Amino acid sequence: MLAEVLRRLLATIPVMGVVALAVFALLHVTPGDPAVIIAGDYATTDDIARIRTRLGLDQPFHTQVAIWLGRVVRGDLGTSIFSGLPVSTLIGQRAATTIWLTLFAMLISVGVGVPIGVVAAWRKGSWLDRAVMVFAVSGFSMPTFWLGFILVYVFAITAGWLPVQGYAPLGDGVGSFFSHLILPALTLSVVYMGLIARMTRASMLGVLDEDYIRTAFAKGLAPSGVLVRHALKAASLPIVTIIGIGFALLIGGAVVTESVFALPGLGRLTVDAIVRRDYPVIQGVLLVVSGVYVMINLVVDVLYVVLDPRIRY
Amino acid sequence: MRSLNRRKFLAGAAAATAATLAPTRARAQKSGGTLRFVAQADLKILDPVWTTAYITRNHSYLVYDTLFGTDEKLQVRPQMVDKHSVSKDGMKYTFTLRDGLKWHDGQPVMAEDCTESLKRWMKKDRFGRLLAAHTARVAPVDRKTLTLELGERFGPVLEALGKPSSNVPFMMPARIAATSADEQIKEIVGSGPFRFARDEWQPGNQVVYVKHADYVPRNEAPSGSAGGKKVLLDKVIWRYMPDAATASAALAAGEIDWWEIPPIDFVPKIEQTASLTTFLPDPLGTQGWLRPNHLHPPFNNKKARQALVAMMNQEMYLQAAIGVPKYYRSCPGVFACAGPYATKAGAEGLVKQNLERARQLVKESGYDGRPVTVVHVTDIGFLSGAALVTRELLTAAGFNVDLKAMDWSTNLAVRAKKDPPDKGGWNILHTWWMAADVMHPAVHFGVSGAGPGAWFGWPEIPQLEKLITDFVRATDQPRRKQLAEEIQKIALDEVAYVPWGEWFLPTAFRKNVNGILKFIAPLFWNVSIA
Repeated sequence: MLAEVLRRLLATIPVMGVVALAVFALLHVTPGDPAVIIAGDYATTDDIARIRTRLGLDQPFHTQVAIWLGRVVRGDLGTSIFSGLPVSTLIGQRAATTIWLTLFAMLISVGVGVPIGVVAAWRKGSWLDRAVMVFAVSGFSMPTFWLGFILVYVFAITAGWLPVQGYAPLGDGVGSFFSHLILPALTLSVVYMGLIARMTRASMLGVLDEDYIRTAFAKGLAPSGVLVRHALKAASLPIVTIIGIGFALLIGGAVVTESVFALPGLGRLTVDAIVRRDYPVIQGVLLVVSGVYVMINLVVDVLYVVLDPRIRY
Repeated sequence: MRSLNRRKFLAGAAAATAATLAPTRARAQKSGGTLRFVAQADLKILDPVWTTAYITRNHSYLVYDTLFGTDEKLQVRPQMVDKHSVSKDGMKYTFTLRDGLKWHDGQPVMAEDCTESLKRWMKKDRFGRLLAAHTARVAPVDRKTLTLELGERFGPVLEALGKPSSNVPFMMPARIAATSADEQIKEIVGSGPFRFARDEWQPGNQVVYVKHADYVPRNEAPSGSAGGKKVLLDKVIWRYMPDAATASAALAAGEIDWWEIPPIDFVPKIEQTASLTTFLPDPLGTQGWLRPNHLHPPFNNKKARQALVAMMNQEMYLQAAIGVPKYYRSCPGVFACAGPYATKAGAEGLVKQNLERARQLVKESGYDGRPVTVVHVTDIGFLSGAALVTRELLTAAGFNVDLKAMDWSTNLAVRAKKDPPDKGGWNILHTWWMAADVMHPAVHFGVSGAGPGAWFGWPEIPQLEKLITDFVRATDQPRRKQLAEEIQKIALDEVAYVPWGEWFLPTAFRKNVNGILKFIAPLFWNVSIA
């Protein structure tokens, strides 16, 4: 198992290399030029040319790739063309917000989605099942920005219970930290709550028809014990998979939520960098996020083995 | 056609301004506290010489000071300068700095700092370059005195030094000003009323400024960027909120105090909220442009360009782009209508649309039916509206139009291309300038006819360049006005660009915020929170 984990970790290196190259190539075929953005409205063509030269943007593509990859290998993600700050500093400033937002949203999604999915499967065809499915379909059909504004209107503007926007680090106090995260996390979680509830229900339905579950009920075990200890454990592989995918999707989905709630997270950092064509920032963030995706997949694969001893690598 | 004439507009704006300012000035101004402000854009670049971005200019007004300021009546007044004199022949200016000026690192401001700052600014700014071309020497005389010796006559020396918009000649320590003008400065040390808190700067989220305790304001009342910059706040926090609905909700909920530029369609709701109010800080406004590319057919032909003037209907553009008549006005001229050089000379074609004449001019130009590439910026509402109107009018005038949709950043790259439209170039683009940047020929890029050295579109009109040189060499105002008129006549006859009107952007704030000054940039001295 340990050998497999090590092998997988090593395998991430070429994967990251391909990702890095793809990101670099994609950015350089995208229209736009940071030099003209920096130069501003008064710039002449000569001014722009001088800025391009200074930024190294006039170098051939392969030279630019080589310079960038050389830096990345040494752990240097580069410097923002605009702010002059190291990309690692910018990511460091934003990472906590996105990590907390994603964790909270996932906690809510799993904390609500799995139980209601289990209940829906257990009471298949009942009004409860239908209610859960209506909720699930509504959840993942709702546009995040729309839900965000509704929640802000109800809980922040009308009731005044929670702040409209912004992020408060843990250092500012636990109360402030939680109050700033509740609405964004709830907004982000609703989509995945529905997705996880549906997946849990479908997976549980496949297991609840098994003989050993019938036997467990026949032996007089409490329904909660049968559902959680026997059925849910056996049905958990697809659920874990969807949670893993959900993490990746949450990081992507955080862009909209971060904009609606003015949260200084990685999503907004990426979008702002794309709008300005701040190549080093885009490349750095995408590389880091790709690394996170690869790690999440690795964790999911390890969890398969833990949850189902029949699986061997 | 609905229209609001200039006099009515200014009267209304003045009344509205007086109404909003009167109560704020009547209240006692309290010292201390933190002001939370939503800026128009994200501050990413900190060097006001390296970039012309308005957000960097606005940031710099907190951190840096200037030798001269511009008051709300557009008069240039001394700021860091205590006294100044001009030699009898008008060729040598001597400036003496005020006592007690200190950089944020505690060092005294020296004359040499100012000469180095001026030299760096003169390499980048259009007005600065014009001044540099007429200057023989800028040098310190002693710790507090500097001189500017002209090589050739130059009238608006003080106007250049007190220039209110980008690039503003902000003063920096000599060691920082020694940085090449093509490189960004790394250290942010000014002598302005606020200090930049670098540790708290988070690009894309917030910028923090703290009161510069050693700042010595002038004794005069504040007015624009001139007068006493008395700081009443301990701290100013700029927040960047890309979503207007979020900023609006945060302002209503009291999580922010001042929102620099709410979109016009948010303003009525803000005005209906009891705790909020709005104010027009820049009565000069903003000017819209339709810029033809002079390098390629059909607009390398004068008659085809003149068709653009004949088809112009400013009211139609402003309705589509801005929408609320209270905040726009037609302005048939290239110089800002509230500015000192506003004139209607040669602008008859802009006053009344004449599509018949436009069609005739298109025919006479020998237009061969090739598609006219119009850049359509889709992520800035008013530019998108303007491009759609242009398509309609061009079609009505007899052109075939190819509307190319793109975001603002792509537009910036495309507009810099001199290639023909079928190879990635363009024929027509739309943009806008604050009126302070189109007030007179020395700052106005639209009236430059310097060909390859002109602003994108590259009109080559040598007469304009000569007249601009005459303008800066003129030392009396009537002569300058006469030259500005001639410049406008030629600029519109040759169609360097076509202005499509002016509009005004209100600012919104909570009623407990007092003392906001009229100026083209948000100023934070004199501002307090009750």
